[in-house]
Amino acid sequence: MAFHLSREGEVTVVDVDGQLIVGNRQELKQKVLDELENGGRKFLVDFTETGYIDSSGLGVLVSLSKKIREVGGELRLSSLNEDLRTLFELTKLDTLFRIADSRGEGLSGF
Amino acid sequence: MERQLVFELPNDLRCIEETVDFVVSRCSTCEEVARKLRLNFRVSLVEALTNAMVYGNARDPSKRVRVEVFLQASSVTARITDEGAGFDPAGVPDPTMPTNLLEDRGRGLFLMRELMDEVRFNDCGNCVTLVLHLPPSDRVSGEASA
Repeated sequence: MAFHLSREGEVTVVDVDGQLIVGNRQELKQKVLDELENGGRKFLVDFTETGYIDSSGLGVLVSLSKKIREVGGELRLSSLNEDLRTLFELTKLDTLFRIADSRGEGLSGF
Repeated sequence: MERQLVFELPNDLRCIEETVDFVVSRCSTCEEVARKLRLNFRVSLVEALTNAMVYGNARDPSKRVRVEVFLQASSVTARITDEGAGFDPAGVPDPTMPTNLLEDRGRGLFLMRELMDEVRFNDCGNCVTLVLHLPPSDRVSGEASA
């Protein structure tokens, strides 16, 4: 499992391969914070290749969103499968994030 | 049909994924893996094991987590026991309250309660029992052995 960062114009796209869980959430957090430190303000986390997110993974997304908003940026999410979307809906985190059906939709209008 | 899986894990977060994969695979050797097992049971088991290792055993590598899984035709039950002092589940805030939405606390327990049919703690709070009832179409058909 790994996190791949790439640039699409002004947007930093983070691909999550595998799982976002208690064991690797710090790695994601650090990578995004480093990018934020370097001036990045627009972030899209894409879950096309993600099988599972646990509550710690949800928590790190919340924490990152908060930090990014504090400096005037935005964190969007895209490509959640049915199970992942259910987790966001149950925890009401779907009200906190802009969640796009696809990567392209997430990037549009950013 | 009733089968049981029992094992003890080292207090190592890296064990969780493999353990949960194994347990779920024993529950669903039929071709169609029911969503209830894939989502509800899997997520809840991950959260229970994480809580046991991180909070219950306080990440202490010398401690262990006991896992007991009971497979029946109509239900799957998992009992997770850590070696910690326990906690009061009633004291965990509802993470979906607007004031708590940005906080990083309580989502694991909340998900367990939302996804399982029963979530019970022992008196001191170091043992949680998760029960998922299976409708006929989802019933466990795989073999399991301890």
